[in-house]
Amino acid sequence: MTTLWYSMLGCMLIAFAVLDGLNLGAGAMHLILGRGNDERRTHFAAVGPLWWGYEVWLLAAGGSMVSAFPILYAKSFSGFYLVLTLVLWMLIIRGSSIEFRQQVDNDLWRGFWDVCYCISSALLAILFGAAVGNVIRGVPFNSNMDFTGSFALALNPYAVLVGVLSLVYLSMHGSLFIALKTAFEEHRVRALKAAGILYAMVVVLIVLTTAASFPSRHGLGANFIHHPILLLLPIITITGIIGIGCSLKAKNPLSGLAASAMALAGLMGSAGASLYPAILPKLGQASGGLTVYNTSAPQADLMLAAVLNLVGVVIVIGYSTYVHKVFGGKVNIHEEGPAY
Amino acid sequence: METAVIVNRAHFAALIMFHYIFPALTMGLSVMIAVFKSLHYFRKDERYGRAARFWSKIFLLNFGAGVATGVPMEFQFGTNWARFSTIAGGVVGPGLMMEGVYAFFLESTFLGIVLFGEKRVSPFVHWLSAVLLAFGTLLSGFFITVTDAFMQHPVSAAYRATPDHRLVLTDLGAYLTNPYELWMYLHTISGSLITGAMVVAAVGAFYALSRKHAEFSRICLKSGVIVGLIFSAFAAFPTGAKNGEQVVTTNLAKLAAMEGQFKTEHGAPLALIGMPDVPRGALLDPIYVPKLLSYLAYGDAGAAVRGINEIPKSDMPPVEVTYYAYHIMIGLGMAFIAILGIGLLLLLAGRLQTSRWFLWLLLLAWPFPYIANEAGWCVAEVGRQPWLVYGLLRTSAGYSTNVSSGEVVFTLIGFMGLYFVLGVLFLILVGKTISQGPEQEAAQ
Repeated sequence: MTTLWYSMLGCMLIAFAVLDGLNLGAGAMHLILGRGNDERRTHFAAVGPLWWGYEVWLLAAGGSMVSAFPILYAKSFSGFYLVLTLVLWMLIIRGSSIEFRQQVDNDLWRGFWDVCYCISSALLAILFGAAVGNVIRGVPFNSNMDFTGSFALALNPYAVLVGVLSLVYLSMHGSLFIALKTAFEEHRVRALKAAGILYAMVVVLIVLTTAASFPSRHGLGANFIHHPILLLLPIITITGIIGIGCSLKAKNPLSGLAASAMALAGLMGSAGASLYPAILPKLGQASGGLTVYNTSAPQADLMLAAVLNLVGVVIVIGYSTYVHKVFGGKVNIHEEGPAY
Repeated sequence: METAVIVNRAHFAALIMFHYIFPALTMGLSVMIAVFKSLHYFRKDERYGRAARFWSKIFLLNFGAGVATGVPMEFQFGTNWARFSTIAGGVVGPGLMMEGVYAFFLESTFLGIVLFGEKRVSPFVHWLSAVLLAFGTLLSGFFITVTDAFMQHPVSAAYRATPDHRLVLTDLGAYLTNPYELWMYLHTISGSLITGAMVVAAVGAFYALSRKHAEFSRICLKSGVIVGLIFSAFAAFPTGAKNGEQVVTTNLAKLAAMEGQFKTEHGAPLALIGMPDVPRGALLDPIYVPKLLSYLAYGDAGAAVRGINEIPKSDMPPVEVTYYAYHIMIGLGMAFIAILGIGLLLLLAGRLQTSRWFLWLLLLAWPFPYIANEAGWCVAEVGRQPWLVYGLLRTSAGYSTNVSSGEVVFTLIGFMGLYFVLGVLFLILVGKTISQGPEQEAAQ
C-alpha cells in the first residue's frame, strides 16, 4: 500500500514537472527566445489559460503528501524552511507576472514583468532540481529526526548540479513548447535552435549527474539489481533522450515534447525507484532517515485516500485533456476577445 | 505565552487574513457569474453575456491573487506547524488532498474556458464551464471548512488516537458530515455571497452615479441588491443562529468570550455593546437585553451561562479580540440587512437608479462585507485558542520546533512586503478594469 502511494506521489510530481515544466522552461528562456512584444506575448498566451491547472498538480501533490506521509511533509518542509519560503515567494512572483503583464499597455510595465517572469521561473527550476538532489543525497537528521536546512546545506555542489540539470532540461522542454505554439516562423526556428543547443547540454549533464549520484548515495543501484523490471525506467529515459534528438533533427517539436516528457518521467522515476523505500534519507548513510514505513499514515487511511486520489486524478485527466484540445494549435495573439 | 507561539500565530494569521480577502469574493462572484451566464444562455439575452464577461475579468485578477496567496497556505502546515501535521495530518490530510484533486483542478481548468474560450467552444459548453467553475469554487470552500470543523469539533466517530499519540481517520463519512461543518460552511458561503453581491452592486452604483453604462449598471444594482439581501438574511438565520448553537454545545469558553460574559449566572443578559475589561473581570458600560443570552443559547430564559471568571485562564481564548470581532460581525450583518432592505424597497418603487444618496451608500459599503468576513473568521479561529484541535492538541504543542522564531519573523516580514505590493497592484488593476467599464453595446 505504501508502495502504491509512493508511486502515486511520484506520478503527481512527474505530472507537475512535465506540465509546469512547459511554463517554467518558457519562463527561463523568456528573455532569450522572445524578441519583441508579439513573441513574448506568445509565451504568455501559450500558458495563460492553462497554467493554474499545472500549478494545482503541486498543490495536489502537497495534499497527497499530508494524507499519505504526514511525517515526511512535516519534517521536510519545516527542515527546509527558508528555502521553501523562497520557492513560495518565487511562485507568487511568477504567477503575478503572468497575470499582470498584459493588464497595462506600457513598455516599462511589460519589461518589468518580463524580467520577473524569467528570473522567478529560472530560480524555481533550479530550486526544484536542487530539492530532488537533496532527496537523493540525504539530509543530516539529528537524533530527534529533525534537521535544519540552511541555504548552504540545501545548495551543496551535488544539489546544485541537479538544479542546473533541471534548469537546462526544462529550458529545452519549454523551448520545444514555444516552437510548437508560436505562429511566427523566425521565432519557431530560434526556439528549435535553442532546444538543439540545450539538448546537447542536457545529454552531458545527465551523464555527469548520474556519475555523481552513485558516490553521493551508497547502494543507489541495489533496487535495480533486485528488481530488474525497474531497469525499464532508465531505458525509458534513454529512449526518450534519443527520441528528442531524432525529433530535433526532423524539426518536429510535438514529437520532441512527447519524448522530452517521457525522458523526464523516466529520469524522475529512476530517481524514485533507486531510493525506495527511503523517501528522505540520512546524509552519508545507507540506512536511517525517513522511509515510506516510518512516515506514512496508518493503513486504513492510506487505502481510502488512495482510492479517492486515483478516482479524482482520472477525472482530472479526462477534463484537462478536453481543455487542452480546446486551446490546442498555434497561439494567435491577434485573436479577438480577452487574451494574454 | 511563549514567543514561538506568538510569532507562528502571527505568521498564520497575517497570511490567512490576507489570503481570505480573495476567496471571500471568489466564491460569491463565481455564483454571480454563473447566474449571469445562465440568464445569457437560457434567455439568449446578450446584456447578461456582457455582464458575465466584465465580471470574469475582475474574477481573473481576484482568482490570480487568491492562487498566489493560497499556495503558501497549503505548505504552511508543513513549514510552521510541523508537529500539528505530524499528529493530525492523517485526519486532515485526505480533506486537503480532495480539495486539490476534486475542487481546485475543476475551478482552475474551467476558468480558462470561461475567460478565454468563449469563441472556441459552443455556448452550451461555455455556460457549463461557468457552472462548473462556481461548483468547483464552492466545493473547494467545503473541503477547507471541513478541515476547520474538525479542528473546532473533533467528532469522536471520525478518528482514533494511535499509541504514539497520532490521530487517525477511521470514518471519512463522519469526518465530512461533522455537525459543526454544515452550518459553518453555509454561513461562510453566505458571507462570500454577500461580498460578491455588494461588490457587484457597488460597481453598479458607481456607474449610475457617474451616469455611464446605464443598462449594465441596472443589471448590477438589481442582482446585487436581491442576492445580497437574500444571503444577508440567510447569514443571520438560520446559518448564523445554528452556528452559534454549535458553539454552545462544543466550546463554552468561546461562547463566554464572544458574549463578554464574565460571571456565571442564571438568566444571563445579552450585551449589545460594552467593553470587556479582562483584568477586572467585567464588561464596562454595557447595554444589556435581560435574559436574552440564556434564551438564545439554551432556549430557556432562566438557564445558567458559564462565565469567563469560572473558566481556568489556561483554557480561555483572548477575550478582547473574540468579543470585538463577534460584535463587529453581528453589527455589520444587521447593517447589511438594513441597507439592502432599503435597496429592495427602492428597486420595487423603481427608484433604485435615481436615488443618489442611496447609490453613494451602496458604493461606500463595499469594504464592509470584507471586514465582516474577516471578523467572523477571527471569532472562529481566535475563539478556538488555546487549542489547535479543540480538546486534543494545544497551539503551543503544534508549531515547528526546528524553525527558530527569528526565521518565522523574517519570512513574515517578507510575506508582508510582497503582499503589500501585490495588494496595491491588485487594487490599481481592478480600478483600471472598472474605469474601462464593460464592452459597449454598439455591437448590436
